[in-house]
Amino acid sequence: MADDSLTDIYGNRIGVACRCHSDLCREVTVSGPKLSLRSVLVYTCGVWLLAYAAFCCTENTAVLSCAIILTLVGLMVYIHFFKVDHESLLIIGSLGVQLSSSYASGRECTSFIEMSKIKDVVINEAVYMHRVIYYLCILIKDPADPHAVSSVLPLFQSSKPRLKCLIEVYKTCQEILAQS
Amino acid sequence: MVLKIFFPQCCTTADSGLLVGCWIPDQDSAVVLAVVHYPFIPGQVKRYLTEIRSQTDVDLTVLGSWSMPKEGQEGMDSFLKDLSTIFPHSRWLQLSREIGKRGFTCQVVRKGGMFLKEQAKEGEGSVRDENEKVIIVHYDQRKVMLSQLHPVQEGVSHSKMEQSALRAVFHTVAQSHPLFFIDKYDDGPLKLTHWQSEGREASIIAELVKQGSVPVCKLLTWMLSLWSWLGSIRLLNVPPVRFISSKLSTCVQLGYRTEHLQTVSSTRKATEHMEFMRKANIFVSFLLDMALGLLLIAWLYRENRIGKLASTLVPVADHVAKELRELLEWLMGAPAGLKMNRALDQVLGRFFIYHIHLWISYIHLMSPFIEMILWYVGLSACLGLTFALSVLSDMVALLTFHIYCFYVYGARLYCLKIYGLSSLWRLFRGKKWNVLRQRVDSCSYDMDQLFIGTLLFTILLFLLPTTALYYLVFTLLRLVVVLFQGLIHLAVDLLNSFPLFAMGLRVCRPYRLAEGVKFRVLCEEEGTPLHLMMEINPIKVSAVLQYYRTPTYSCYPRDSWMALCKKLFVGELIYPWKHKTTKTD
Repeated sequence: MADDSLTDIYGNRIGVACRCHSDLCREVTVSGPKLSLRSVLVYTCGVWLLAYAAFCCTENTAVLSCAIILTLVGLMVYIHFFKVDHESLLIIGSLGVQLSSSYASGRECTSFIEMSKIKDVVINEAVYMHRVIYYLCILIKDPADPHAVSSVLPLFQSSKPRLKCLIEVYKTCQEILAQS
Repeated sequence: MVLKIFFPQCCTTADSGLLVGCWIPDQDSAVVLAVVHYPFIPGQVKRYLTEIRSQTDVDLTVLGSWSMPKEGQEGMDSFLKDLSTIFPHSRWLQLSREIGKRGFTCQVVRKGGMFLKEQAKEGEGSVRDENEKVIIVHYDQRKVMLSQLHPVQEGVSHSKMEQSALRAVFHTVAQSHPLFFIDKYDDGPLKLTHWQSEGREASIIAELVKQGSVPVCKLLTWMLSLWSWLGSIRLLNVPPVRFISSKLSTCVQLGYRTEHLQTVSSTRKATEHMEFMRKANIFVSFLLDMALGLLLIAWLYRENRIGKLASTLVPVADHVAKELRELLEWLMGAPAGLKMNRALDQVLGRFFIYHIHLWISYIHLMSPFIEMILWYVGLSACLGLTFALSVLSDMVALLTFHIYCFYVYGARLYCLKIYGLSSLWRLFRGKKWNVLRQRVDSCSYDMDQLFIGTLLFTILLFLLPTTALYYLVFTLLRLVVVLFQGLIHLAVDLLNSFPLFAMGLRVCRPYRLAEGVKFRVLCEEEGTPLHLMMEINPIKVSAVLQYYRTPTYSCYPRDSWMALCKKLFVGELIYPWKHKTTKTD
């Protein structure tokens, strides 16, 4: 049920796909906007123009090579550590919830939370800068006191989908949580 | 309820037979550990299981049957189903594969003979039970057996550990290690399929090293006890010797090295994971340290490098002294156009110049011996690079002793002035410091007291800039030296505490240190339960550093930058070893 008309809180387009592996297992993937060529070009040109200005003043070619290396390293660091390509949520009934986010370079970060640690999945409201946003989060049980919540783990942190999309994911989660 | 079956990957192609494993209590999950192949005698299976059960803590039972379709074994299915009457059980699993399908089906039989089917087929839909669902989780037996889940819970009681199903699975597989010793080529009454080690790499050498390390460790322990006895005799515990040895970084490093070697050479076997890792880390960093030290020696004692070093050292010291003298002469005039108190300025300047003169004559007295001293001191590098660095740090401290002296004089004078000014400022306002109550009280002073106090305050205030200037210059010089020493200490500390073995394990065998697990959906075929693949999620590199670094003094909280600035402003003395003394307090 891919729906391309969905947008994140900034109005950028995001893709949401839900795969149903069996009654017990669902996977929701939210893919954020791709790395746009325009912003890459703008940043690269900006750095190189600055470097060229500095070169005109100092007449030292090391400035130019520094700028090239800086651009390349910066781009690599950005796509390896910061640019999240898609985030997915795998809910397996009675076993647990797996969150994974894969970066633009192919690196994947995965963490699995057992069902015995999960208290509930809820949608929260938060004041973010000058607006109010909604986000989906997992409430983690306190190991000492099973009725208390020890921490809150927000989902889809990098591609912040809108409430409409969150409600769909929430319903899917609750269906499976209710079964086990 | 959902039934979870943890199934080893190596058994998916096994011949038909019995599933051996154990139920995890309260979790509704079963761990399959091995498959016993078809020609077996039930009595022998039972005897074998009790034997294994006595060797391990695992409650090993027959879980059910496994059927793999093969030509010429058509009657097998019904035979395996009948086996459920022989072995005692509350639930009997029947896993069966079909030709041409990747997944396999699972049926659960309750004790009362009630026949439940996970996936109803044609004509048998009437016995389908909605409540019983099955998830089959495949796991790699070797990786799960060898991996260690973090955070490590070793001292925690067993009942608390069982709360987490995954921890229980990892624990069960690791505990049932004796089960995996039977080889598939062994002639015995039972044939099993499970994880098999395909020979260990260089196992003979490893065994020989293990045997040989015992006498070496004993010898090392004996030598270390002799060494610590030497250290504990009374001559070395007289206060001045003790004070100096606690300040020299070489002695501190010697203490650490002794402690580390004592840990490594203890003949007691490391049973717990953390203890083992600590020993291995210390051992590997010790080896690295020695290798780097020997490399340094090989570089240093070639082409007369020591002689060159010694011949450049004296001119450098001369040059530094000359620069210092010029600096003092500049300060004695009108530095940066500031008008100082001339008399105090002259006194301070002459005093410091005399000091430099003393220092230079001391260096020149030493100069014939410097090469010899360097030659012998360089030998300390064969104890390790950390020793060479510590000796370097100590030598820098000794060679810049004059800077330290200037700094102390300047700081003391400045400190005195600041304290005097602050107390006189209170007098100026008609207040005083109450020592008993630790607060400022108001107080009525006499006329004479006020007069003298104000006079002294004025004098101190006008003399302050001169002292402050000297203090500032010498503090900057001192800070340069402290920074250099701090860098050396940092390098030594890195070599001492870096968990090299854990890092190597993380890079080469990522599954050994697990943070958790991750699941992958294997196949979705109609008519089969959900198949998941469980993979090990390796721990993050930063977490490896956090868990496994060997504790040294720099792990303790040290002064913040604000505290340092405050100290510098008030004129308290700063030392590079300050954090060590705060630890002992």
